[in-house]
Amino acid sequence: MMQVLALEVPYWGQSLLRVLGGIVAVLLPAGTIVYVFLFKMMSFMQSRLGPMEAGPYGSLQLVAEVGKWLQKEDIVPERADPRIFKMAPIVVLASTFLLVAVVPFGPDAWFTNFEAGVFYALAVSSLSVLGILMAGWASANKYSLLGGLRAAGQLIAYELPMVLAVIGVIIQAETMNLQQIVVAQNAGEIFGFSGLGNPYLITQLVGFVIFMIAIQAELTQAPFDMPIAESELVSGYMTEYSGFRFLMFFIGEFATAGVFALITSVLFLGGWGVPFAWFGWTDVDSVSNWMNIVGPIIMFTKMMLIVFIIMWVRFSSPRFREDQLQRFAWKVLIPVSLGNIAITSIFKVVM
Amino acid sequence: MIAIELLVAQNIGFAVIALVMIVAALRVVTTHNVVHAALWLVVVLSGAAAQYVLLAAEFVAVTQVLVYIGAVMVLFLFGTMLTRARIGTERDLNNPYWRLGIPVAGLLFAAMAIAIGSSFGDEQLPSDPRVIGIPEISDQIFGAYLLPFWALSFVLLAAIIGAIVLARKD
Repeated sequence: MMQVLALEVPYWGQSLLRVLGGIVAVLLPAGTIVYVFLFKMMSFMQSRLGPMEAGPYGSLQLVAEVGKWLQKEDIVPERADPRIFKMAPIVVLASTFLLVAVVPFGPDAWFTNFEAGVFYALAVSSLSVLGILMAGWASANKYSLLGGLRAAGQLIAYELPMVLAVIGVIIQAETMNLQQIVVAQNAGEIFGFSGLGNPYLITQLVGFVIFMIAIQAELTQAPFDMPIAESELVSGYMTEYSGFRFLMFFIGEFATAGVFALITSVLFLGGWGVPFAWFGWTDVDSVSNWMNIVGPIIMFTKMMLIVFIIMWVRFSSPRFREDQLQRFAWKVLIPVSLGNIAITSIFKVVM
Repeated sequence: MIAIELLVAQNIGFAVIALVMIVAALRVVTTHNVVHAALWLVVVLSGAAAQYVLLAAEFVAVTQVLVYIGAVMVLFLFGTMLTRARIGTERDLNNPYWRLGIPVAGLLFAAMAIAIGSSFGDEQLPSDPRVIGIPEISDQIFGAYLLPFWALSFVLLAAIIGAIVLARKD
């Protein structure tokens, strides 16, 4: 029985809380990321103020933008394949919602405590490629199709280093369950010193760097924004979309950035936990209940830190050329991540 | 009339998913558009993944999604969209010998039905299926089934080398 602040919650209440929590965990980061980073940080980096009119410091700009998109006409091109054209943004957004389902936010604040957690996350994240290909093809537009094909090629190429970078973490934690990966990091110690736990950021630094590069590419953020390269492909697979279907792609892009940042923080930064030695906890059952409230806040902070890095790179780097991008994945990232796996397994067996 | 003890949640779930899979599988071969056929195949493969989840085989289910939907189908779509994928209906999609496929499919179904029937018979699934942990699966693969695993790895290696040889320009 889950307890929230010493309150017994029945099963249906837990399910309701989890569904609501899932919606919040997708939409809240998306909105925050768009306002803080896309509106404000990008403006400051370009020596301007950004939106200032709607609400204090432009904080209600998002409401205005969403209202604008909802009013716009939902246009389907005449030669397009209407059913698939309309389905595509739903597939992309659905993959984000499926992805957040395995992220743990506290000792009991999880949506599903899935044994194959990391593996599931990697599998489900690849579903968005389907939606992108559907959007690119069904638009009946050469730019869209080219954008969709570029996106697919890029996402397939960067999926591999992402999976291989995670394997190092799995070897070290001896589990694929994200909750247990969090526990393994916070209950761990570095040479007998347990005040910091053992965040895999330290031991798996190579894996962390590869994973960050790979999610940058998976999110098609610059320097990996070849699929939506606006100077050559208008807007890639999103070219023909308008109104709330464009909004769905837009939410999907930033919500996925948030969810990937959450997964990164679980894998490498210790997730929702604080080092268990601080409060004398030993395993997940001995963690106090107030972590169900504090945990999500810690997760949110770490997510903002990681998204800050992603956006910083995005706003300050030029675009990779298509062949450079593929060569970088296959000839640099994959060999390095294979080497990381080999070294991690040697250490695991020897130590 | 269906016996009442068969009307448990798993069976109803199985029936619904199986029905969706059958309809989708028929649409794969009857639709007049290559991309639509591929997308219906995605539905069939996700149905298979859902059936694995019903059998408490979550690792296999996730592998199904990762390999078949995330990789194979994406490559399928990628390939068809690069070469020929018109929007709208196409008339010349069917192979003239497509009727030969019916007896082959019937034969395959009969062989699988006989194999499953003779090896399991009236045996029932445990009413409370235990989720097999990933460590147990890996112990089996790298223990009792190590030799088949190696053999499969060599087949895949040969396929990769073959692909490289075919793709080389010189």
